[in-house]
Amino acid sequence: MGAKHYIGLVVLLLLILVTPQAVGNDYYLGMLVFAGINCLACIGLSLLMGYAGQISLGHAAFIGIGAYVSGYLTVKMGVGIWPAMAAGVGGCVLMALVIGIPALKLKGHYLAMATLGFGEILYIVAVAATGITGGPEGINNIPRLRLFGLALDSDTRFFYFTWALVFAGLFFALNLIHSRVGRGLMAVHGSEDAAGSLGVNTARYKIQVFVLSAIYAGIAGSLYAHYVNYIDPGPFGVMHSVLLVTMVAVGGMHYIWGAVGGAVFLSLLPELLSLLSEYFEDTGIQYQSDYDTLIYGAILLLVMLFLPEGIAGGLADLAEKTRKIMDSRGAGTEK
Amino acid sequence: MDSGGQFSDFLQFLFMGIQRGCIYAMVAMGFNIIYNATGIINFAQGEFVVLGGLMMVTLTMVLPLPLPVAFMLTAAFVMAVGVLMERATINPVKNPSVLRLIIITIAVSILIKGLAMLFWGKESRHMRHFSGEESLHVLGATILPQTLWIIGALVLTVGLFVYFFNYTMTGKSMRACAINRDAARLAGINDRNLIMLSFALSAAIGAIAGIIITPVIQMDYGRGALLGLKGFGAAVVGGLGNSFGAVAAGLILGVIEAMAAGYISSHYMDAVALLILLIVLFVRPSGIFGDREAARFKEF
Repeated sequence: MGAKHYIGLVVLLLLILVTPQAVGNDYYLGMLVFAGINCLACIGLSLLMGYAGQISLGHAAFIGIGAYVSGYLTVKMGVGIWPAMAAGVGGCVLMALVIGIPALKLKGHYLAMATLGFGEILYIVAVAATGITGGPEGINNIPRLRLFGLALDSDTRFFYFTWALVFAGLFFALNLIHSRVGRGLMAVHGSEDAAGSLGVNTARYKIQVFVLSAIYAGIAGSLYAHYVNYIDPGPFGVMHSVLLVTMVAVGGMHYIWGAVGGAVFLSLLPELLSLLSEYFEDTGIQYQSDYDTLIYGAILLLVMLFLPEGIAGGLADLAEKTRKIMDSRGAGTEK
Repeated sequence: MDSGGQFSDFLQFLFMGIQRGCIYAMVAMGFNIIYNATGIINFAQGEFVVLGGLMMVTLTMVLPLPLPVAFMLTAAFVMAVGVLMERATINPVKNPSVLRLIIITIAVSILIKGLAMLFWGKESRHMRHFSGEESLHVLGATILPQTLWIIGALVLTVGLFVYFFNYTMTGKSMRACAINRDAARLAGINDRNLIMLSFALSAAIGAIAGIIITPVIQMDYGRGALLGLKGFGAAVVGGLGNSFGAVAAGLILGVIEAMAAGYISSHYMDAVALLILLIVLFVRPSGIFGDREAARFKEF
């Protein structure tokens, strides 16, 4: 892992440490907790999309599995929170294997549709299986997390815990892509046939990354359940899967940091826009949450048309060009 | 219940299934047209159906225009959206990766969905049936006149497409492109224009599906994803690119779905078609009807 990443991690760590004091408002801190939860899911998804070249339009379902297993076990079975979270992640691993092994033999459009179908089926089950999931009413009174006897009962505490997990998840992902496994993954993305002929076990790599991304999503889901204390099928539908893909793609598919940036940016965007629209109150423009879908669609389309490598890719390009211009100038003056 | 009652129940579910199946068949044909011309699966296919339905509601219920006029205007509007989509988002992108194309059509689908919500609101929109809501009685079961319209629309659309793809120069050029693009180009066919035409045709067929189903299901902005997904299911089960397969598979999926709803549980109805889609994708991605040879020679 290069020095750049270490500098990035240190900056992120400092940001995490000062944010609660700087924000000082539980509502906005709560938004940042949700942003962190999306970050976790997006880091996993970016490993799958950017580094293994496989798309999943069903990742919200894994978040749902994490949340529902956690919620069901703690509320209805009286299981402790940590074992319940572990079970949630275990459920994700299991489901990722069941779906991933046949699905990852598919490519491109087929894989996208298969994962979309899978996500939709789980959503239908979450609504219909009222005996287990509570149906549209969901599960109430899910307990808050406790850490070493310390209840994470304030938004500040939960913020630190969530972002500590994001930090750990990011650190792990960055290490992974700079390892032998990561190089194998990138080879799979470049050309599956070429990678295969060079002895990379492409099928196994793809499954492993799929499972890993499901684990990230499962942790995000459990965290969500124990933060909001209430779950219903709503947030785990296809639209959220698409939103996760949007976050990763807008941030930059081939950059893990892009997933973090994209997730934070798009999670906070509706709030930012409604804040912004308050300044323009006189003009009669008022931002409503009804515009969210439109804004996300427009941003995703513009980024895909004009910045296919996402915002992170655009920045990297810009840095590269600036460096070249500086170099050529430098070369010019030497003469 | 006596056996007569059981039979009329069965018949009732069958009618329901055929009605749904016709729509899946038309959505599947829409997928195939673009797939054959470009190799792209258009994730905004379901949105064409929604736009068709909602536009028709506005033209017939709000303005109100006579049905045939509203029908033509709606079809023209959705075709324009299809053409705009192709010109603005597909045509300008050079050498795109499959992943990027998928995300582009997804982005268009979210964009259309967001706009539809803004213009038409979130609630379901009601539309008058084409020729009354008085049910016809057939062997103890009832059938809505609208269902007959739906079946008629499918038959007519299939007929028009058979004619277009087999007996017109443009249709034949599109088939030639689907079979071998380079050879078609060498023969002087402008494939860029045909790609635009494929989006227009695909949008038209989506619009027709939306127009005829709306009186029965009441359209809302959010229905596109599920309609698209099930239509894609029909396209895959029928063998992607094979439109006769799509029609057969659409009807079969619709009937299975209605039977599952009638005899097992209506809560899981929507999951049935998707489950079949997954099983077919996992076991036999070339589809049930298409053997590999037929899949290569994309008929229609």
